[in-house]
Amino acid sequence: MNNPFKIIKNGIVTENPTLVQCIGLCPTLAVSTSAVNGIGMGIAATAVLIGSNMAVSAIRKFVPDEIRIPIFIVVIAGFVTVVQLLIAGFAPALDRALGIFIPLIVVNCIILARSEAYAFKNGVVDSFFDGIGMGLGFTIALTAMGAFREILGNGTVFDIKMTPEGFQPALLIILAPGGFMTLGIFMALFRQYQYWSAERAGAASPVIQNGECAACGAAPLCGALGSAPDGPGDRGPRKNGSTAPAAGGEA
Amino acid sequence: MSVLLLFIDAIFVHNILLSRFLGCCPFLGVSTKSDTAKGMGVAVIFVTVLAAVVTWLVYNMVLVPLHLEYLYTLSFILVIAALVQFVELALKKINPVLYKSLGIFLPLITTNCAVLGVAVINMKEHPDSLLEASVNALGASIGFLLAIILMAGIRERIERNTNIPRCLHGLPIALVTAGLMSIAFMGFSGIIK
Repeated sequence: MNNPFKIIKNGIVTENPTLVQCIGLCPTLAVSTSAVNGIGMGIAATAVLIGSNMAVSAIRKFVPDEIRIPIFIVVIAGFVTVVQLLIAGFAPALDRALGIFIPLIVVNCIILARSEAYAFKNGVVDSFFDGIGMGLGFTIALTAMGAFREILGNGTVFDIKMTPEGFQPALLIILAPGGFMTLGIFMALFRQYQYWSAERAGAASPVIQNGECAACGAAPLCGALGSAPDGPGDRGPRKNGSTAPAAGGEA
Repeated sequence: MSVLLLFIDAIFVHNILLSRFLGCCPFLGVSTKSDTAKGMGVAVIFVTVLAAVVTWLVYNMVLVPLHLEYLYTLSFILVIAALVQFVELALKKINPVLYKSLGIFLPLITTNCAVLGVAVINMKEHPDSLLEASVNALGASIGFLLAIILMAGIRERIERNTNIPRCLHGLPIALVTAGLMSIAFMGFSGIIK
């Protein structure tokens, strides 16, 4: 078993799903309108991620390579339904705020990508900690963005007034354009931090992923564009055995 | 709301990318070249409309009569995954030329939240009419095509600009650009009452 703290740190900093791997952007943009929403979405996704990671890791020895993706999707959809019902039952306000983005956790690439890239190759305990790390990385990024947008767009953080009298909140930051720009700025700052820390350590420049489909962590799942030497349609992971190992080779 | 207004609303006012934030991964991932963006957009139109019709039927003909509405997430994603697979196979057999241009985008679409998102929006907002549901899906996916082509055109020019700070290269500057596009699209919000 690997060191749990290392796995968790990997999820929060080194391979932060939102800011480094650039996956799962839709919910990030849509629900980071306030810090509370960010935490709520983060916790919901973390719960699904931990559950699906452990389940996938537990059944990985029995699942044939060729049909693993549909199985992942069913497992994830099951956990999402559980979380959805729990939120609707115990936190109806959060349910209204997050809206359709709760069922859409199913297609959140973070969760599918972790099943494919980590849980399917590692033990249950490791996968559990990976779920926590990735989930926390997602939650922290969402909450930070939510707090930033809330304070500029509404003058509050966690519904507590933070701005001085006379500050006119810029509603635009809470509306759709603010989501894109805030994420762009956060991503740029995080990259600058990566460059600085690499330079200070005297290491080579970090490899920056640019959200190109071919470089994305979820690429083997959706059949990365352009990474197919053998022509269109022949590299989807849900094809029969001949191409599945190639798709599964992605680290 | 009349069907025409619904159509315009889905394309411009509630643009699926720029105001609803659905389908951002392909929007940012395959918008570096106009050609691929076009192919992706057309494939999304194809799958979204088909999936909207099929999921509407599944929800209203199967889940509602059986009182299994709470299973919609599970059944929609399975139906969409199966549908994409089926479309890929059928296209390969029936029209190899079209398959060559669209085929590579189809597997990408299963995990595209635009498709599932439109199905869920239809379930919540247009439960009574299959026509409204499919028009909404058509409008939403045309909006996707419009946004991704515009974005690809802009990004092709941005890539050539060497003055951008290195931390903004690629995705961050694309996100800021998307923000500006989104502001522009907010201008449409007045055209429908």
